[in-house]
Amino acid sequence: MQFLPTISVKAGRYLPSRWDVLAALIVLGFLILFTSTSDLLVQPFSTLAAKPISLDPSHLPEYAARTALRMLIALGFSLVFTFTYATLAAKSARAGALLIPLLDILQSVPILGFISVTVVFFLSLAPGRILGAELAAVFAIFTSQAWNMAFSFYQSLRTVPAELTEAGQLFGLNAWARFWRIEAPFAMPQLIWNMMMSMSGGWFFVVAAEAVTVGHTTFALPGVGSYIAAAIAERNLSAIYWAIGAMLVVILIYDQLLFRPLVAWADRFRFDQQQSEDPPQSWVLTVVRRSQLLTALVTPFAALMQKTYRLAPPRAPGRLKAVQVISPRAADFLWNGLLVVVTVAALWRIGVFAEKNLSLGEIAQAGALGFITALRVLILIALASVIWVPIGIYVGLRPGLAQIVQPIAQFLAAFPANLLFPLAVSLIVTFELNPDIWLSPLMVLGTQWYILFNVIAGASTLPLELRDVSTNLGIAGWLWWKKVALPGVFPFYVTGAITASGGSWNAAIVAEVASWGSRTLHAHGLGAYIADATVSGNFHRIVLGIAVMSVYVTLINRLFWRRLYWYAERRFRLA
Amino acid sequence: MDPEILLDVHDVRRAFAKQGGGELLVLDDVQLKLRDDEIVGLLGRSGSGKSTLLRIISGLSRPSAGTVTYLGHPVDGPARGIAMVFQSFALFPWLTVLENVQLGLEALGLPAKQIRERALSAIDLIGLDGYESAYPRELSGGMRQRVGFARALVVHPNILLMDEPFSALDVLTAENLRTDFLDLWQEGQLPIKGVILVTHNIEEAVLMCDRVLLFSTNPGRVVTEIKIDLPHPRDRQDPAFVSIVDRIYTEMTARHTEQIMQRRERFQGMGISTALPRVSANLIAGLVEAVAAQPYDGKADLPDLTADLQLEIDELFPVAETLQMLRLAELEGGDIKLTHMGKRFAEEDINVRKEIFSRALMSYVPLAAHIRRVLDERANHTAPKSRFLDELEDHMSPEAAEETLRAVIGWGRYGELFSYDDDTAMFSLENPQ
Repeated sequence: MQFLPTISVKAGRYLPSRWDVLAALIVLGFLILFTSTSDLLVQPFSTLAAKPISLDPSHLPEYAARTALRMLIALGFSLVFTFTYATLAAKSARAGALLIPLLDILQSVPILGFISVTVVFFLSLAPGRILGAELAAVFAIFTSQAWNMAFSFYQSLRTVPAELTEAGQLFGLNAWARFWRIEAPFAMPQLIWNMMMSMSGGWFFVVAAEAVTVGHTTFALPGVGSYIAAAIAERNLSAIYWAIGAMLVVILIYDQLLFRPLVAWADRFRFDQQQSEDPPQSWVLTVVRRSQLLTALVTPFAALMQKTYRLAPPRAPGRLKAVQVISPRAADFLWNGLLVVVTVAALWRIGVFAEKNLSLGEIAQAGALGFITALRVLILIALASVIWVPIGIYVGLRPGLAQIVQPIAQFLAAFPANLLFPLAVSLIVTFELNPDIWLSPLMVLGTQWYILFNVIAGASTLPLELRDVSTNLGIAGWLWWKKVALPGVFPFYVTGAITASGGSWNAAIVAEVASWGSRTLHAHGLGAYIADATVSGNFHRIVLGIAVMSVYVTLINRLFWRRLYWYAERRFRLA
Repeated sequence: MDPEILLDVHDVRRAFAKQGGGELLVLDDVQLKLRDDEIVGLLGRSGSGKSTLLRIISGLSRPSAGTVTYLGHPVDGPARGIAMVFQSFALFPWLTVLENVQLGLEALGLPAKQIRERALSAIDLIGLDGYESAYPRELSGGMRQRVGFARALVVHPNILLMDEPFSALDVLTAENLRTDFLDLWQEGQLPIKGVILVTHNIEEAVLMCDRVLLFSTNPGRVVTEIKIDLPHPRDRQDPAFVSIVDRIYTEMTARHTEQIMQRRERFQGMGISTALPRVSANLIAGLVEAVAAQPYDGKADLPDLTADLQLEIDELFPVAETLQMLRLAELEGGDIKLTHMGKRFAEEDINVRKEIFSRALMSYVPLAAHIRRVLDERANHTAPKSRFLDELEDHMSPEAAEETLRAVIGWGRYGELFSYDDDTAMFSLENPQ
């Protein structure tokens, strides 16, 4: 037998394949969408008033496209923020000491707070043009997306395996190359998961972000959120259904075109080198990978990126570390000095502000309202736990069922509370119920699902052997729940409950005030306090409300949730 | 019925539904009797359904056909009196040692005082005194498995099922635990009447069991039974011990080779339908080198080789059989012997090795030759993975088809017969750019 020829060089292929056609269609579609929606940006502000939101469903595709694009842009900004902020915090001990607690606080500030404080600033950036309002809306969506992404990325950067970093140093990669070749890929799977969660958060606040009323500043940008707001104002129930449908479609498209390909793509970055049993698939990714056209388009950029890796010469390995054992005192001194100056300045500003605008009684009032909201969050999280933990365990132990339930819960997590206003308000008015009690469920409407997600995930990772042992020993009934199931999912439950609790505080702003047509219901609480202050443009109350909410959320996190989390990690985590 | 029979497994068959119709037969026609005062070993490779059989016996899983009778009663659910010890220990990490051991007694609904006393005495018996309030994560592997034993024994079962209980432990710890267990068993201190031990460690089976049942793979069947009458404590150096170990090795390789040959004859002409083990080219080269080197010089006794390379038979056998399939070695009577080609392979450098390897693939692995031929014939010299996967799935389960194709991809890459891009799932004759 003759020895086989060695592998031949690439045979030229010039004709476009069907993958190319599909890929070109997708790219072209995006370009058209982008240009047609962005031409509105430069138009004068008055066109918004001239063209009010129409409840005719034929406008919905356009609105949905605009909302989708806004979210995409916000997601882009969130990524930029994540890559810079979290990287800085992870790389520099000095910066991290300030940036991480700061992120913690930012996370506790309600999204409406960001809007009301910044909207005037954004409008002034592009005076008289819609661009300013668009910027404000994108910023609002950004604030509902960015924080958890940055946290996840920071965590990942802190846990990059030492051998990977060292390998990078040995190969002489500079910091820029190390970031793109090692650190970002390592963090990618976790980051993408958080992007998906962020997207749900963005949807939940879509009404607040698009239809803005702060004092005398009122605008409604064309989009699904404004559509919902208009439908509520006009008591148009069928429009509400249309909005739900449009949202579902956009979420599905996002899932197919963006997240599924990302998840399938990021599967290669999982650090355990096992090939996954059932690797995630995506037809879009297949199109992109098989298309020669896209490959040809991307290649120059990849080459350019390669060049940047060599721009800065890496430090010679011999000069590493040795001198850095003692941190330079002068720099420390400067940094600490700077911090002290900034702190004093901030304290002084706050003091002046408080002295001028706030009375002790007002602060006490906000504090008391915060207490009511805290109580509400606590009770509702407890209630949601009682309901969803057993269901989550039941579902999680049945993989087939879990596959059906997961995407449904994911959609429900994105469901804006405003869409349930018609139902809530009608019920409360008809049965003359107490809004202080019956508006509360809206707070956990979007957040309870995080408990369900996590418990399902926990139950499905319960090892088969542990389940076999319990069966073999005849453990059943309450003993099984007490000794096997509940402890097994506990760490997962705590993670979910932390997310749910933080989200519920944020949701209080859209849940404690509900309206349907002319009928507006108020519950007592900090959320309603901030929402009312925003509508009336009362800035010192807005600031006070935000501050009080931040204090509550941060304190509850530090004193309760974080401790519970560490306890759960120590006692219950399966090694 | 024979009064001393604890457990009677009769005609048990177990099949799983395959994706896309059909069924995968895991156990077929299994007979097993466990008598008073007996340790029975189930020995076979992975895929022989031993663990499935254990789950059926304990009532965790149901047979597709056949019966399991325990003390004269059919087993049709988790049976009291049959306890289990797991390979992975399966301790609850959130319970202390004492709480783990007490769990089974709590399920029986005994009074608290009795639970505590019995648990403490089981802990005492198994040598865990002083560790009562420790959590499993604080214990070493050996100590954890002791908890596993205490938890199984505390409910005073008649039968103890052990699913590779020592294979997750290091050699010394495993030996220590085995000896302790055998001592307690011999002294009659254990509250059990019979033991079934699943293992793929031949020496362990000979060391512990009164009888060993050898299982074939795909589907699992009892192919032979070997009685071991050696007195306890048994000595690995004892010639009688060595000869039993040798005999089992011979049985296991002979049976398997026979099975493969039969299968090949049955599919003569079609060829590609043989499921292939996923063995890396590095392992193949490594084994050839090991056998070629001293002290073996081209011919090795499999038990010696397993001990020498510190491999389980589960790891060694597939490699050895791949060598046989590629005609780089021959398996006979518990020995492995390099062929002329195998010896050359061992001597040459990497490029010649690849050449030898690719020739062997073309000649003796029909699937590899088939893929190469398809790529040669096509104008653009590419073909999607799905094309071959579909073909394979006509003959085997989707999982086996995937494994087989993965195996061939690995070998084809090593022999530079073709290349494969996992991102696009395409075979080609190109070097990656």
